[in-house]
Order: sequence, then structure tokens, then C-alpha cells
Amino acid sequence: MRSTGSYAHQRCVACAQNISNQKLVQGILDSIPSPEAACLSAEDISPSSNGPRDDDPDDLFAEATEEVSLDSPERQPILSDGPSPAITPVTPVMISPRVDVFDRSPDQDEDEEENRDTFDIQISVSDPEKVGDGMNAYMVYKVTTKTSLSIFSRDEVCVKRRFSDFLGLYSKLASKYMHMGYIVPPAPEKSIVGMTKVKVGKEDLSSVEFVEKRRSALERYLLRTVKHPALLKDPDVLQFLESSELPRAVSTQALSGAGILRMVNKAADAVNKMTIKMNESDAWFEEKQQQFENLDVQLRKLHASVESLVCHRKELSVNTASFAKSAAMLGNSEDHTALSRALSQLAEVEEKIDQLHQDQSYADFYLISELLGDYVRLITAVKGVFDQRMKAWAKWQDAQVMLQRKREAEAKLQYANKPDKLQQATDEIREWEGKVQQGERDFEQISKNIRREVGRFEKDRVKDFRVVIIKYLESLVHTQQQLIKYWEAFLPEAKAIA
Amino acid sequence: NMTSISEDSDKEKMRSVSVDLNNDASLVIDIPDALCERDKVKFTVHTKTTLSSFQKPEFSVPRQHEDFIWLHDTIVETEEYAGFIIPPAPPKPDFEGPREKMHKLGEGESSMTKEEYAKMKQELEAEYLAVFKKTVQVHEVFLQRLSSHPMFRKDRNFQIFLEYDQDLSVRRKNAKEMFGGFFKNMVKSADEVLISGVKEVDEFFEQEKNFLLDYSIKIKDATAKAEKMTRSHKNVADDYNHISGALNNTAADNNTAFKKHLEKCAEVFEKLRKVEDRMASDQELKLTELLRYYTRDIQAAKDLLYRRARALADYENSNKALDKARLKGKDVAQAEENQKQCLQKFDKLSESGKKELTSFKARRVVAFRKNLIEMTELEIKHAKNSVSLLQGSIEILKSN
Repeated sequence: MRSTGSYAHQRCVACAQNISNQKLVQGILDSIPSPEAACLSAEDISPSSNGPRDDDPDDLFAEATEEVSLDSPERQPILSDGPSPAITPVTPVMISPRVDVFDRSPDQDEDEEENRDTFDIQISVSDPEKVGDGMNAYMVYKVTTKTSLSIFSRDEVCVKRRFSDFLGLYSKLASKYMHMGYIVPPAPEKSIVGMTKVKVGKEDLSSVEFVEKRRSALERYLLRTVKHPALLKDPDVLQFLESSELPRAVSTQALSGAGILRMVNKAADAVNKMTIKMNESDAWFEEKQQQFENLDVQLRKLHASVESLVCHRKELSVNTASFAKSAAMLGNSEDHTALSRALSQLAEVEEKIDQLHQDQSYADFYLISELLGDYVRLITAVKGVFDQRMKAWAKWQDAQVMLQRKREAEAKLQYANKPDKLQQATDEIREWEGKVQQGERDFEQISKNIRREVGRFEKDRVKDFRVVIIKYLESLVHTQQQLIKYWEAFLPEAKAIA
Repeated sequence: NMTSISEDSDKEKMRSVSVDLNNDASLVIDIPDALCERDKVKFTVHTKTTLSSFQKPEFSVPRQHEDFIWLHDTIVETEEYAGFIIPPAPPKPDFEGPREKMHKLGEGESSMTKEEYAKMKQELEAEYLAVFKKTVQVHEVFLQRLSSHPMFRKDRNFQIFLEYDQDLSVRRKNAKEMFGGFFKNMVKSADEVLISGVKEVDEFFEQEKNFLLDYSIKIKDATAKAEKMTRSHKNVADDYNHISGALNNTAADNNTAFKKHLEKCAEVFEKLRKVEDRMASDQELKLTELLRYYTRDIQAAKDLLYRRARALADYENSNKALDKARLKGKDVAQAEENQKQCLQKFDKLSESGKKELTSFKARRVVAFRKNLIEMTELEIKHAKNSVSLLQGSIEILKSN
């Protein structure tokens, strides 16, 4: 257990006493970032980076496709058909902001037993540190990787990373893998409001909570990323986790999960405009797409309900604390000695209960609300991958159309007696035949990849949910047991009123 | 719509705000039944008595809230009772909460599934019933306070209220014209000044005055905070309800194994909601209602102090008038008589006031004790239910 983390929690509880209750609630509500983020524009990405080049502003993914060939050896995806590797956690579950979704539960899938030895990696994000002052300040996080995997140079390594580094990593991975049909976990969202408070130096509870929320989100992001068998071996991921110096992500303004995905969706719109509806020969894809549409709606609704619970639970904590104070005052005013004492005891019980509610609200948030938020974003990534397939199909179709045209042109030239032009036409036909074949291969490959990815995603989704719901119910049990303890201690006090 | 309640074991637990009531078999009053028509509540007031002043040994009459207010006001206006703490009038039945919810339900009907709508309707009915039970309780306690008081139980208007089998509305109108709400309409803010301004020679009343002035502020605040706390509790229960619904919706689209899992989770949240709701309701009945009631009762005690302070002021004025009369040598006998009467009145108020305030404290302490114990026991019971429900569900979910 990281002591600095729990210390931060203790610190934030201590300073909570100095903050007015209203600010507390508002601060927490403020720190939940909005999904709005800057749009990725092609010009922002410098040619020297590993990301997309701005050759063709209309075809946003052309660069990515050209740069990465499916035959390139280092891109050989290492996909297993089996279940994903077990995530070994770093922190045990507590009802505090340090709650981890990915917990070591020994009685998980039996399948994991096989993989446990081969895929063993623990990642933690900790020790947020503020660097610099004012509006140029930023937070730096320590990323610790512990692993026995041979692709890593050491079995334990610590590096310092800032938020934009994570965004940079995501943007690289997205540009490399999304067009192949891989579901790349999105990085956490930017938050202008949240970060501004931190920059400006407000050491209040809401800033502390914001940083903790972000730390946790970054940790979950990395764990999900390495859980993907292909991404785990990606050199950018390795560099991110291991190398002490990382070239700064080129545009800190523009890169964000939502930005990338918006870019992807823009591409999809372009596809839709220029083609007729894709003749879906494979019912599986049609079914799955519909399923994900539905799941998107349902998860958003569920997420909204849970967010409401978090908010109301926090209010309950605040109102209970407020009542406790009032009961204490009433006890002081009461002139009957025994009743006065009992009222003071009641005030103490309610004060303990308000802390209980606050802790429970952290569990509500970190266990369920954040997880649902992650999945809502993941589903957007899944939908993006389906759109990539449509784009691949469109490209293949376009190549076929082009080939047809070239053939027609050649046929015409047969009668024109222009030997040079005829030769050129014949060459072009060969070129486009190649492209058609490539297009078909790409389409089939991406379809195959998506099937595998979706299968893996579904398995993970079910597993995550099962694990989390049990953890959450256990947190509720803990709260109720504490309640019983407190009230049972108070009962004799109430009976002692004479 | 019409809702009614009848005798049930819950009622015994409910009649707990004020205690030591109804232990005198010579006059036993209860409200066994009530009807709610639109927003008008019709209470059935049932009396069993061995007193000869009543025409029958057992009888029931229908009464509305306004009849209770009329009875309260006539007692307040009665000069003889100035030395007593007058049981606070029951508050008007407030169905605003459930009414608002019903409105929302009507508006949102189109956007809800059939199950959600049915569930919300059920909740709404439960809420309506809770408000209903509360208002019956508070009207009943009012009558029981009167019947257990040696003077009030003999009051002529009280007897009419209990016995008269016709509509009381005519009497209500007459009363308004006669009294013009003299006592009631007096500026209440003058109370505080007058009470605190009294030059108190009596240690008992000095202490009571300081206590009541401070306590009334504190208990009003505690009531408000308790209300907010209870409301938050109900909001949490509501959220569990929505989560349960959302889980069921998600379950509908999933493959079989996971579907069952989700449905089980939805069920857990539904059960949690019920427990949380009961916790909140019980807390409200035992804690919030207790505080609400005693806020009103403390005000009634303050009113007594006020009347006594006024009597003292009258006495002091009569002294001054007597001195003036003696100086002028005019109307001395009259002034002497006036002074004697003022003193008598003041003494009478002080004597009965002391008795009332002492028994008030005893009553308050007993009521707090009873309610705090009951609330705590219920909290423990509900928490234990939650634990066993949760642990049972965890077992099932783990084994799936």
C-alpha cells in the first residue's frame, strides 16, 4: 500500500474540516470533467512525430494507413485466441480514493491460471507532484512498473510522466492500431476547470480530489492498455513505461481521447457520405453494431443514475454532519442532565455516520461510477473500430471501381493504336489489381481482428462487472456493519435517560 | 382518490411522540380511521368514556382538520386556561410532496417503461400513506393531550368536539366572529421582548425562561437539519431504484449467463431501496417528527411564559395606578381592587405555570427517551437486514 497515497487521503480529510460543506459538494461536482476536449486538427501534428502526417487533410487516416503496413514485421500482432492476461493489482481494495478496480481475486477464471505465469505485470501511478507555478504549472506522476516479462529491460522501473504524455501515448497507439480493428483504450479526459484550480495553487479538498481522481484514471488507463496483448508489446508502450526521458507530446492542447475519437467519427461520416450503405454480408457485424448502440445507451443511463447516487450520498454525508452539530447544540441547551448527555452522544454517533457516508460515496464513485465512465468511453472506441472496417470496405470498393475504369480505358486504347499509352494503361491495371487484392485482404484482416477484439472486450466487460459489483456490495456490507456497531453503542446511552 | 387506514399494529408504535397518554380509562380517545378525499382528510374520532357528562359510553364522529384548529383556538382564547401549556395545534395535512411526485409521474409516463411506471406508482402510494399516517398521528396526539389533562378534559367545547354528531362548521364561523382571534393575532415577536424583559424574582421562572428561549432556537434548527438529512436519505433510496431499473434494461439485451447476473444485481438494488426507504421513514417518524412536535410544544410553553409575563406587567401597572390614585386621593378603592385582582391572576398563573412546566419537562424527557430507543432499535434492525440481504446476494453472485 502506498503510504503517500493514503497520507494524501488523510490530509484531504483533515483539511475538509476547514472547508464549508457547500464548497465540498460543489468542488466534488466541479471536479468531474466534462467530455469536451479540443479537436485534433491535422496541422497540429508535426511531421517529425510518430503520428499521422498532414498529407491529405480530407482523408484523415490516409497517413496512418500508408505508414503502417500490415506486412511490416514489428507490427505483427501477437494475438492470442485465449482470454486476456490477468491483471495483477497494486493496491488492495479500501473504501477510500485508493480503490482499485483491478484486484487480485484468486478465484477468477480458471483460464487465467494458464496465463498468469506468462503475463505478469503490475503498474501503479502515484505521487502526484506539482511542477512549476501559475498557469504553466503541471502535475507529474510516478509510473512504476513491476514485471517478470522478458520484453522489459528491468523487472522494476519507475518513471515520471505528465498528463500530456499519456495523451501522446494514446494518440500514437490509436493511429497505429485503430485502423486495424484493435480496440485501443482511450486516455482519460482533459479537464480545464479541474486543472486550472490545481495550477492556481488551491490546496483545497476539491483540488486534492481532482488529482486523486485523475491519478486513478491514469492508472486504470495504463492497466487496460497493457492488458491488450498487442499493445503490451508495442515499442511506444515500452518506451513510455521504461525510458526516463520521453520526447514531449507535440501538441498538448489538441491530443485527447475524445479528440481522437471525434477524428475517427469524422472519418466515418466522410465514408458514409461517399458510399452507399455497405452491403453487410456478415450478419454478425450488423448484430454486434446494434448491440453496441444499445449498450451505449444503457450504460450512459446507468452511469447517470450512479452519478446521481454519488451526489446524493455526498449530500447525505453533509446533511448528517450538519444535523450532528445541531444535535450537539441541542444537547448543550437541554437542562435535563441525562437527556443532555444522550443528545451529545447522539451527535457523536451522527458525526461518525457522516464520515461513513462520505467513505461510501468514494466507493460509489471509484468502484462503479468511474468504471461505467471508462466503459462509456470504451464503447465509443469500439464503435470507432466498426467504422474503420466500413472505411476499409469503402477503400476496397473504390479500388474495384478504379480497376474497372482502368480496364475500360485500356479497352478503348486497344482501338486507338497508341502503344505507349496502352502500355501505361496495362501497367495501371496491374497496379489497381494489386490494390484491389490488398483492399480485400485488409478488409478481411480487419474483420477478423474485430471479431477477436470484440470477443475479448465482451469477456473483459463481463469479468470487470462481476468483480466490481461484488466489491461494491462488500463495501455496502462494511458500511452497514459499521452502522450496527455505532447504533448498538448508542442504545444503552438512550436507555440510560432517566 | 380515497385512501384509508384501519387498526394495525404499526399504530401502537406511531403513537409515541407524546407519552403517558390514554392511560386513564375514564376517557379514551383515538382516531382509528381516516379518509382522504382529494386533499381533504376526514378523521374518525372515536371516544370511549365512563364519564357521566357524555351522553353515550362509546361513539364516533367525523372531523376535519379545521375542526381541530377551532377547538385549539377556543381553548387558547379561554382566560381560565392562561396558566396551562396549551397542546399545540396539529399542522395542516401536507400532501405537497406526493402530489408533486404524482404530477411528475403523469408527465413522465410516456418516457417510462411499464415496469418503471408501476414501480413509481407503488412508491407514490407508499409516500401518500406515510404522510397520511403522520397526520393522523399528530391529530390523535392533540386530542389525547387534552383528554389526559385534568382541566382540558372537562372543557365544554372539547366535549362538543367529541360528541356533537353534526357539522361543526357553523360553530367555527361563529367563533371567528366572536373572538376575532385576539390571542392568536397578537404580534408574536413581542413575546420574546416581553419575556426576556421581565424582572424575575422567582428562580424557577428565571431558569425556565432562559432555558426555553435558547432551547426553542436550538430545537427549531435541529428539526430543520433532521428534515434535510431524511430527505437526502430518501434521495439515495430513489437512486437505488433508478439503478435497479437501468440494470434491468441492460439485462434485457445480454446473453443468458450475464443476463441472470444483471437481473440479480437489479434485484439487490431494489431490495436495498426498500430497506433504505424504511430506514428513512422510521428516522423521520421517530426523530424528525419528535423534534417537530417538541418545537411546537416548546412554543406552547413559551406562550405560557408570555401570558404570565403579561400578567406581571398588568400587576406592575396596577401598582403604579394605585400609587397614583393614592396620591390624587381619587378612586383608591377601585385601584386597590384592581391591584388585588392582578396579583391574584399573576399568582394563579405562576402556581399552575410551575406545575405545567415541571410536568412538561418530565413528559419531554420520557418522549425523547422512548423515541430515541425506538429509532436506534429500528436502525439496528434495518442495518442487520441490509447485511443479510447483501451477504446472501454476494454468495449467489459469486457462485454464478
